[in-house]
Parts: sequence; structure tokens; C-alpha cells
Amino acid sequence: MSERLDVLKTYKLVLNGAFARSESGRSYEVTAADGSFLANAAQASRKDVRDAVVAARAAQITWWRATAYNRGQVMYRWAEMAEGRRSELVAHVKWAEGLTTRAAQRSVARAIDRIVWYAGWTDKASQVLGGANPVAGPYFNFSVPVPSGIVGVVAPQESSLEGFVEAVAAPLCVGNAVVALASERRPTPALVLAEVTVTSDFPGGVLNVLSGRTGELAAHLATHEDVDGLDVSGGGEWSDELALRGAGSIKRVYRPRAHDADTPLRRLRTFVETTTVWHTMGQ
Amino acid sequence: MIDTALTSGLGALGYDPAPESAALARLRPRYGLFLNGEFTDPARHEQFASLNPATEETLATVARASAADVDAAVAAARHAYDTVWSTMPGAERAKYLFRIARLIQERARELAVVETLDNGKPIRESRDIDVPLAAAHFFYYAGWADKLDYAGFGVRPRPLGVAGQIIPWNFPLLMAAWKLAPALAAGNTCVLKPAETTPLSALVLGEILQQAGLPEGVVNIVTGDASTGAALVEHPGVDKIAFTGSTEVGRLIQERVAATSKKLTLELGGKGANIVFEDAPIDEVIEGIIDGIFFNQGHVCCAGSRLLVQESVADEVVRRLLRRVDQLRVGDPLDKNTDVGAINSAGQLARVREMSRWGEDEGATRYTSACELPTTGYWFAPTVFTNVAQSHRIAREEIFGPVLSVLTFRTPDEAVAKANNSKYGLACGVWSEKGSRTLWVAQRLRAGVVWANTYNKFDPTSPFGGVRESGFGREGGRQGLEAYLDV
Repeated sequence: MSERLDVLKTYKLVLNGAFARSESGRSYEVTAADGSFLANAAQASRKDVRDAVVAARAAQITWWRATAYNRGQVMYRWAEMAEGRRSELVAHVKWAEGLTTRAAQRSVARAIDRIVWYAGWTDKASQVLGGANPVAGPYFNFSVPVPSGIVGVVAPQESSLEGFVEAVAAPLCVGNAVVALASERRPTPALVLAEVTVTSDFPGGVLNVLSGRTGELAAHLATHEDVDGLDVSGGGEWSDELALRGAGSIKRVYRPRAHDADTPLRRLRTFVETTTVWHTMGQ
Repeated sequence: MIDTALTSGLGALGYDPAPESAALARLRPRYGLFLNGEFTDPARHEQFASLNPATEETLATVARASAADVDAAVAAARHAYDTVWSTMPGAERAKYLFRIARLIQERARELAVVETLDNGKPIRESRDIDVPLAAAHFFYYAGWADKLDYAGFGVRPRPLGVAGQIIPWNFPLLMAAWKLAPALAAGNTCVLKPAETTPLSALVLGEILQQAGLPEGVVNIVTGDASTGAALVEHPGVDKIAFTGSTEVGRLIQERVAATSKKLTLELGGKGANIVFEDAPIDEVIEGIIDGIFFNQGHVCCAGSRLLVQESVADEVVRRLLRRVDQLRVGDPLDKNTDVGAINSAGQLARVREMSRWGEDEGATRYTSACELPTTGYWFAPTVFTNVAQSHRIAREEIFGPVLSVLTFRTPDEAVAKANNSKYGLACGVWSEKGSRTLWVAQRLRAGVVWANTYNKFDPTSPFGGVRESGFGREGGRQGLEAYLDV
């Protein structure tokens, strides 16, 4: 009896709620931490970035107009579906980051729990970050946090799953759409987790995940005029340059700091805007 | 001066001039910088003149701070931060801010006159809006200084250190208060750079800080031009830059600090849409449109400079609007009956004139008030363009003057689409008697502030600031503290 031959998977971009090869037809070899061949991942192009932004713009309106309760359920659904694919995620995190099985299991568990944490924020951010303002006049005045719009995420390069979740779930939970570049050398955990969103009731295009060369793609995100925010966590040596290019269209830029653990909502706050409404009161 | 007669059944009614006294300003002929709690000797600095834009006369000369002066100011602020301000209990910081608020109230009449002389805005506005709001901002943020634990940014949020603050010429004292009050409440020390054409009220504020006994170096005021501001932005000893001004300059500042750890907030330009639905009460609408665009000569980043009026009432609204524009009293800013004062500078006047020519060249229909303008000073008669298309430059670019562009719409969806068709997103107005529609529209507008059945209202408890290329960060309210905390 011969051993059964594995059915290998092709790793594609997650773009506009579907799986796509790069329009450029390019792919690049992704290896596990031990150097063994893992996949030929799609190598996204500038055109893929631009297509993702177009998809994100349309999806963001649908996502933001959904009720906060509904967004919370969709994000929780994402966690439920990810839970069902834990073993696959564990395998990928183990390969990508060279962890022991136990360490990879713990990492995946933390990542899924973090999605649950952010799912709970969808209908609380307005109350925590907004409120009624006691202006000196006959007006009802209230402030609400609204999403910046489209957030470009250069996901952390080392932490292939947990880092990715933190970077995309924060902007998503407050109603942004995201175009994320997965870790260049370790893209598969993020791609698997993004595949799950396609079956988690997210409107297509709310989360787009591209694999490819960070140095090539990140600059296109940073300069794209229809991208409102930019997370340069995985920008490495290009972080300064990306932040500079983001200034061209006054982007909100998130750069991680050493003491961010003290302020767990900093990333979320970076990608919301306070809108304040004054309404006259009278008989 | 101007024909202010209203023709009625009783005959011609008019107003006699009711001028406030310019002598109340008590200005010194020459000013140094406010550095480390003292005014430096004016003779130490190159001086430049601050003009009264209504007369083109020199009010006083002020120092042009050099890079070395900025360096000294940052050093003074750092020393004060390290030795006094960051270690002082919040309750004590609070009492200094309460003192400042009271001193502004005590010297309110003087400050209003100084502001009107230096800026050109009507005394009615500086007296009733700029100065009282400046005091209110200090009063509001004073109370936060010992309550930062409750502001929603975690326990014991830390200040940033030295804040560099660059403010514009349209609300000189009020912008100084918007910048200084939250920064000081949060425990930062400050280097404030007033606008080149309107430095005087900030210098009077320096005197007030002395009267308040504020520890030396906690606030330093460096007058000057763009080079002074650039030196402040690039100074390595500054931890925070807060800027209010144009989007062009804001973009440059964001680029300059992009690769640094300086925290940045930007309050930039706008092209506010004022949306009028057919069911809105028309008398209030006309006053709201007027306040939206002609308040402060239209030198307002959140001005309602694009009027979007529903087609069914457009003719009626425009007819009544133009009649009202003719009744605006344009002239001596010190006259208590003046509605529209002087344009702040020759440069701004040239810009407003040029942009208005674009409107004519692009085919919009121009209506300009027939009011008589003074022969000296910088003046621009209130102007309304009708038949404006979204593609016209006067519908897209910020004019920052008393010029209104009128566009029309048919459906709420179209109103929202047109309002959002802008790179800016600072403020919008919505006029309707139907609350559900107003909130529906407000939810869809990409703007930091939405005024429903009112316009150009400000309050220290109410966060103000933009989205998109109108900048980021908020001033006012609990949210305004975030700009000055390391959170």
C-alpha cells in the first residue's frame, strides 16, 4: 500500500471577497522557517493594490451602515470560523514562525481571542469614545467616532498571525475597510485567516489581504489618495519613508511604540474620527 | 460711509456710527518675545510691523524670532517642564488656568479692541465670540488638569513634554487659547508661534500670564514669520506639533515630522457645504447662510462656503439671500454696528480677488454687494456666485474670504454626494425641520462637525476638527486632551 499523496493548496490573494491570483500572474516562493518549500504565493502588483482599494471603498459604506450589533456578530462569526480551522492555522504559524506545536497553539488561541475582544468593541466604541457635550446654548450636541474610511495595513513581518489580527481587527471593528499586506516571508497564516472572512458574512472587500513584496507594494498604499489611514507596523526600514509619503494626502498614520501595551486602544483611536453634531433645541 | 438705510413704511431707517475706542488697546510701540516669563528687549530683535488692515497704519512693531530665539524658547519650556510643570499637582495647574480665564474676562474689553485692530474683524464678533470663548476654553480645561485619570485614556496618562503650537491669523487669541489650555491642563509646556499678521493679542496674553504668576518658561511666545514656524517644527527638543492653518502648509509639516517621534495634530482647510432642504424655515436659513459665510469676513476654515440648496426653493432662497447681502454693513471694524470688517492682509485680499476672477472666468454668475467700501485698508464686498458647477475651482478650493458658491440638488442622496465631493471634510450645515432626515444626512456626511439648523457655533466642550485633508486630531472636549497626552 502506498501512502496517500497530500492535496496541496494554492495560496491566493483575498480580494473583494474572492480568491484571486495576482493580475500580474506573478508568484513567489514562500518557505517554512526551516527553509523547506511551503507554497508559491501570489505576488501582488500595484494594480492589485488599486483594485483592492476600489473594492474596499464600496464595501466600507456597506460595512459602516450595518448596525454596530451586526458588525459585532460578523466579527464574532469570524472567530467562530477561525476556531474551526485551528489545526490548519496552528500548522501554518508553526511553519511560518518556527515555533513548537504548543507555542503555535497558544499563539493561534490568543489571535482568535483577540478577534472576539474586538468583536465586542463594535457597539461600545461610540459610547466609550463619544458622548454628549454640555455646550453653553440651546443645542443638543453629541460626538460619535466614525471610521476614517480605508486603512492600509502593512502587517508586522515577524508575528504572522497575532500581529496581523491586531493590525486589521482594530480598524475593522469601528467600521473601516482594510487593505492589508501580509508578512512578506510569512504570508500564509494571514491568508488562511482572511479566507475565513469570506465565509463569515463580511461584505466582500471589507478585508483584502495581499501577499507579495512589502517594499514594492507598501509605497503604493502610502501614496494612494483614496486610502485614509496607514499602519506601518511591518514597514521596517521603510517605515519613515511610508509615513512621509502618507503625508501627501494627510493620512492618519499608526506607528507602533515600545509602550503601546499601556494604551490598548491607541490603534483603534488612530483610525476613527470624531464627528460632532449640533442640533438646535426649541419648542 | 455706506448706505445703511432700510426702506420701510416709516421711511428711511439708518444707524449712526457707534465706534469703540481704539485707545482701549493700550498697545506698546514695540514688543520683544515672551521668553521664560519675561518680555525680551525689542532692540535685541529684528522688528516688523503689525498693521491695522482697516487703515493700513502700523499698530506696533514686533520681534521676528530667529532660529536661536526659538532654541531659547524651547530650552526655557524644557526647563520649566522638567523642574516645575510636570511635577506640579494637577490641582495646582488647574488653579493657574482658572486664574488665566478670569484675567481674560477682566481684560476682555481691551483684548477685543486689540483683536479687532490687529485682525480687522468686527468688534461685535471679537467682543461677543473670540474673547469670551477664549476665557471659556481656559475655564473648561482648568477643570481637567486634576481629572486626567477620568478622561478615558487610562490611569495617570502622561503629558508629552514641550508642545510647539502654530496658529493662524483668523482667530488669533481664540486659537492661542485652543492650543494652550488643553496643553497646559495635560501638563505640557508650550512654545506658541502667533501668525505673522496678528501677533498682538498673544502678546497681551503674555502679560496676562505674567499677572497670573504662571511659572516662567511654561508658556513662551515667539512672534515671527514662516521661518520661525519652520524652526519650531524642526526643533529636536519639541515633542508635539499642533498646527492650525492651510492644508498646503499642514502637508509640509506632516512630511517634516513623519520620521520623528513628534506627535502631530493638524487643523487645516475646508470647503464646508451648507445644505438647505425645501422644508427648512426660510428666515432662519437666510441668517444661517449669512453667518456661515460672512462671519469673520469668511476667514473661517469651517465656513459654509458651498451653499447646496434644494432646487424647489432655490430661486426663493437666492432672491432673499441677495437682498440680505445688500443689507450687510461693511466698514469700520471698531463700529459696533459693523457686520463685515476688513480683509486681514493685502496678500489675502489679492488671493480672494484672484479666486473670484476664476469664478467669473469659469462661467458662474457673480453678485457683489453694492456697499461702499472705505478707500484705505483691505476690503472685499460680500459676493455670491450662482450657477456654480461642482467642477468649478470656486466650488473646490478654499477661498477664505466673503465669497459664497451656490449649487443646487434634488434629492437627499444627491445633497450628500455633492457635499462629500471634496478633498476636505471639516464642517457642514443641514437645514431641515425634519429631524430624521437631518440625522440621516449627518450620518453620511464626511465631516468633523455638522451643524443642524445653525452654523459656526463653537464651545470648549465640543470637539472641533476635520477628516480627510482637513486634518486630524480634535480641539475641545475630552477628545481635545488626546492631542496633548502620550496615549
